[in-house]
Amino acid sequence: MSVTTLSSSALAHRQPSWLVRLFDYKPFLIVMCLAPAIGLLTVFLTYPLGLGIWLAFTDTTIGRRGVYVGLENFQYLLTDPLWWNAVFYSVVYTGIATFGKFALGFWLALLLNNHFPFKSLLRAIILLPWIVPTVLSALAFWWIYDPQFSIISYLLVDVLHWRSSNIDFLGSPWPARFSLIAANIWRGIPFVAISLLAGLQTISPSLYEAAMLDGASAWQRFRYITFPMMMPILAIVMTFSIIFTFTDFQLVYAITRGGPGNSTHLLATLAFQRGIAGGELGEGAAIAVSMIPFLVFATLFSYFGLARRKWQQGEDND
Amino acid sequence: MRNDITRRDALALGLSAATFAATGAAAQTSTIKAADVPTPKREIEKGATLRMLRPVRFVQADEDVFRANAAKFTKETGVEVKVDFVGWEDINQQTAVTSNSGAGPDIIIGFSDAPHIYIDKLVELTDVADYLGKRYGGWLPLAQRYGKKNKSDAWIGLPFGATAGPLIYRKSILQSVGFDKVPEDHAGILDLCQKLHKAGKPAGFALGNAKGDGNGFANWALWSHNASLLDEEGNVIINSKETIAALNWVKQIYPTFIAGTTSWNDVSNNRAYSSQEISLTANGVSLYFSLKNDPATKAIADDSEHQLLPKGLAKVSPMAGLTLNAMLFKHSQYPNAAKAFLQFMLEKDQYEPWLNANSGYWSQPLAAYAEAAVWKGDPKVSIFKDTMNSTYYDGYKGPISTATGAVSADYVLIQMCSAVATGAATPEAAAAEAEQRCKRYFRRQR
Repeated sequence: MSVTTLSSSALAHRQPSWLVRLFDYKPFLIVMCLAPAIGLLTVFLTYPLGLGIWLAFTDTTIGRRGVYVGLENFQYLLTDPLWWNAVFYSVVYTGIATFGKFALGFWLALLLNNHFPFKSLLRAIILLPWIVPTVLSALAFWWIYDPQFSIISYLLVDVLHWRSSNIDFLGSPWPARFSLIAANIWRGIPFVAISLLAGLQTISPSLYEAAMLDGASAWQRFRYITFPMMMPILAIVMTFSIIFTFTDFQLVYAITRGGPGNSTHLLATLAFQRGIAGGELGEGAAIAVSMIPFLVFATLFSYFGLARRKWQQGEDND
Repeated sequence: MRNDITRRDALALGLSAATFAATGAAAQTSTIKAADVPTPKREIEKGATLRMLRPVRFVQADEDVFRANAAKFTKETGVEVKVDFVGWEDINQQTAVTSNSGAGPDIIIGFSDAPHIYIDKLVELTDVADYLGKRYGGWLPLAQRYGKKNKSDAWIGLPFGATAGPLIYRKSILQSVGFDKVPEDHAGILDLCQKLHKAGKPAGFALGNAKGDGNGFANWALWSHNASLLDEEGNVIINSKETIAALNWVKQIYPTFIAGTTSWNDVSNNRAYSSQEISLTANGVSLYFSLKNDPATKAIADDSEHQLLPKGLAKVSPMAGLTLNAMLFKHSQYPNAAKAFLQFMLEKDQYEPWLNANSGYWSQPLAAYAEAAVWKGDPKVSIFKDTMNSTYYDGYKGPISTATGAVSADYVLIQMCSAVATGAATPEAAAAEAEQRCKRYFRRQR
C-alpha cells in the first residue's frame, strides 16, 4: 500500500477561503449570531417602545401628524384628576389582586402538591380559567355582574330569598372596583397555582423527612422549608403577576369600560380610551409611558425584596 | 341607462324572501318624485374597481339590498365593487388606519362626524351632493350638518341615513299610573318616573359608557335644559348654569331608575325592556322590531309606543341621529367611479328599496324619500321618518370637529351625568371636570 502525503510546503500554501476565514473571525461570528435576535428586538420591541415614547412627547392625534411638545402631555396629566384616579386604582387593583392571587394560588398549589386520585385531571381543570380567552371570561363576569340578570342576584333573591333586591355590582365605584378585582383574582389564580406547584415539586422530600425526624410541626416545615425554598420562584411569579395585573386591559374594558364615573379606569384602559377612542394619540402614549416607572419599581421591589433575601444566600454571605 | 329594479331583477340578484317582501312591492308603487336634473358629467376610469367598507347590517335585508344594488352598478358600468361589512366599533379604527396610511378602501361609510376628522384626506363630493339635492327635494338639516364642511357649502361626506333613539314605553303601564304619554316638561317626567318606580316598573336610561344610548341620554338631559357643549363659535360652554340645572335634574331622576343604569351599555336597556323589568327607556327601532318579530314578546310590542324625546326647555325635540356618512379618500385611483357609485346608490331606484328594506332603522337624508313606503306601514315606526330633520347633533351648537367626536367617544358627558347621579361629585364639580376635559380636546380646534 502506498501512502501519498502532501509536502509541508503544499500544506502551508493551502489557505482557507475568505468566507471560512470570515466566519472564523470571532467578532464577526458574534455579530452574525446576535444579528437575528437584535433585529427581532429592534423591529418588535425597540421600535414600538421608542415610537410610543416619542409619541408621548408630541401632540399627535388620529388623522393629524403631531409636533414635539416636550413634557406638555405629562404636565397635563399631573393636573388631570382622572389620571390620578387611574393611578390610584391601578395600584389598588394590582395590590389587592396580586395578594389574592398569591394567597389563593399558593394554597391551591399546596393542595395540588398532595397525592390524591385524578390528580392530573384536576390540575388540568384548574388551568381552565387561564386557558379561556380573557374576553370570554370577561363576558361571563359581565353577565354575572349584570344588574338585572346576575346569577348571584338570582340565587340570593329568587332562590334563597336572602335579599329583596338585586345586587348592583357595577353601579357605584367601590363595588365595581372590587368586582373587577374578584374577576382578576379568579383569572389569575391558575397561573400562580401551577407555577408555584412546579416550584413545590422541586423541593426534595428528604428535607421534609429530616424535619419530621427532628419533630418539626407542619407549620414549621412550611415556615422553614417550603417558604424559603419557594422564594426564588415566588419572586419571579410575583414579578410577572404584578406586571400582568398592572397592565391589565381586557377585563376592565370589557366589563365596565372604566365606569361608573371613570372610577374603574386602569392606566392601560385610560391610555386606550384617550389614545384610540378619544383620538389623542400623544396623550394616550404619555399615559402608557407613565406606567413604566410603576412597573420598574414593582419589578425591582419584587426582585430585591424577595429574590435576593440575604437569608437565602446563607448567613455569612455579604 | 336602466335604473329600475323589478321583482324579477331582485330575485335574480339573489335577494332573500324577507328582503323581497319588504322592498318589492314598494319599488313598484313608488310615489317618490325625482326632479329632472342633468347628471354631472364624469368619465369613469378605464378598468376601475372599487373597495368599500361600511358598518355591518342591522337587519339582514340591509345587506342583501345593498349588495344587490352594488351588483347592479357593476352590471351597468362594468366597475367591480367589493363591499366589506365591519363591526360598528371597528369602523373608526379602520378609517383611521386608512386615512393615516393612505391605502385601503376607496370609500368608507363611517358615522356622523367622521368626514370632519379626516377632512384633509377626502375628496369633495359637492357635485354629487348638489345633483342629488336638486333631484330629491334637498338635503335634510342633519344631513347638511354632517355632510358639509363647517361654514361652507363644500360637501365632504355623503349621508346615507340616520337612526334615532326616541322614547319607547309601555302604554298600559303608563296609563296605570295616570299618564297617556310621557310629559314634555322635566317636572312631569320626574313625576312619571317616580310613579313608575313606585309601581315596580321603573324607567331606565343608560348612564354607563354606552356610545349610543348613554350619549343619547346625556345629550338629551343637557339639550332639553338649553345647555350645550359649545356655543356657535365653538367655545366650550359646558360649565354653565344650564348644565348645572340639567345635572341637578339628573340627580333627582336617577333614584327613580331601575338599579344599575350607571353600568349599562348599549344592549342593557333592550334586555331590561324586553324582560319587562322596565317600562320606559330610549332606543332605536330595533328594540320594537325584535319584540314584534318574536311571538314570545309580540304582546310587549303591541303595548309599546314610541315618542320623540321630550322637549323640556327646548323648542323642538332635542334628538340627534346617528348618521351613516360616506367618505371618498384621495388615495382612490378611481374617484370618478367612486362618485358614480355613491350617486347611483342614492338614486331612487336603488335607495328606496334599501330604505324600505331597513324597516325604519335608517331614515332618509333627502327630503323626497319621506314618501317611501316604509313610513306608511306600521304607525309605530313612522316617528323615525323625520330623524334627519333634527337640528341637534354631536357637538351642538358649535362647529363639528375631531374634538366633538372625541368628547362623545370618551364618554365625557355621560361620566359627568353619572358622577352626579351616583353622588360621586356635585353638579358644579362634575361640570368643571367635564369642562377641563373638553377644553383639552378642543384646544386646537378653533
